[in-house]
Amino acid sequence: MLDMIKGVFVDNGFVTAFLVVGLTMWLAYFISNKLTKGRIHGSAIAIVIGLVLAYIGGVVTDGSKGISDVSFLAGIGFLGGSMLRDFAIVATSFGANFDEIKKAGIRGVASLFIGVILSFVVGAIFAVMFGYNDAVSITTIGAGTATYIVGPVTGAALGASSEVIAISIAAGLVKSVLVMVGTPFVAKLIGLNNPVSAMVYGGLMGTTSGVAGGLAATDAKLVPYGAVTATFYTGLGCLLSPTILYLFTNMIF
Amino acid sequence: MVIYGVAILAGCFLVGTIAGEIIGSLMGIDSNVGGVGIAMLLLIVFVDKLVKSGKITKPSLDGLSFWNQMYIPVVIAMAASQNVLGALTGGPLAIIAGIAVVLISWACVPLLSGKKTADSSFNNSALRGEADA
Repeated sequence: MLDMIKGVFVDNGFVTAFLVVGLTMWLAYFISNKLTKGRIHGSAIAIVIGLVLAYIGGVVTDGSKGISDVSFLAGIGFLGGSMLRDFAIVATSFGANFDEIKKAGIRGVASLFIGVILSFVVGAIFAVMFGYNDAVSITTIGAGTATYIVGPVTGAALGASSEVIAISIAAGLVKSVLVMVGTPFVAKLIGLNNPVSAMVYGGLMGTTSGVAGGLAATDAKLVPYGAVTATFYTGLGCLLSPTILYLFTNMIF
Repeated sequence: MVIYGVAILAGCFLVGTIAGEIIGSLMGIDSNVGGVGIAMLLLIVFVDKLVKSGKITKPSLDGLSFWNQMYIPVVIAMAASQNVLGALTGGPLAIIAGIAVVLISWACVPLLSGKKTADSSFNNSALRGEADA
């Protein structure tokens, strides 16, 4: 009997994902309304529950895709995978104001370059502090603090060791998770309440998952503005890190 | 029809993604450069034109609105499929560097976004998207 039910969940993974995510959101909004009296946004709680589930999934299955490595929850990996994530991000621009995007255009582009370079420098400094002294490793770890995609792309291009690439991915993951969880708590402090600051935020942080989740938990109306810049960040990082930023690093070390 | 709205969304998504791939290959990197961002701008401009010329019906807009509102559930599914274990077991360098870069970037947001401007249009613009998610 149990096997049969599990079989139905496994065979209909995508539909199961709708049910599980729906229940998660219901629980999150229940906690938000009853326990925090609405002070912590329901979607912020839902994202934290999601991350906790992802951690449990990682511990139980030893996989790298969170709870979706559990066979009957694989559909969650599809629902939250890059295709539907990007599709839903594009859909958020329905209702966005193009004039606001144009108004913040230059600041958005500037924040992209500053964001990539700043992340790279911070990551590189910590790599040096932890004893790495070859340009390839320093560049790869610097690239990883940009996003967890830029790190391995750069590392592969420069021929970094797999240990260094693993560190660069982990650094990018830490960044992504922290942005997801932390954004609603710092939003007020850093003036994250209008399209301009949201575009700057997307450009500076760059992690699409982090920005997408963090802004959703702060104010869903800000999502399209943050996402529109953040989605350029990884590409720019992949462009700058193995080339110009590597050359600079190589000159220093 | 609802599918028209979804099809417009899918069309913009695919055109943007193709454009992103082309930009990526022109830059000589195996990565999509800004495809989603381009798709977003396309959708904004295209839907705006359709709405203003009255060529799109309410059910078609509902197709867009549905996916707009599915965003948060998708993000939660995304959070649940992250490699959180990998982040927490990546060693001290990864954790410290990851935390430091976020704190420093947060501090830079007010510097770059400048003085808060009066955003009258922003607060009135949620006419098509949902107000609360």
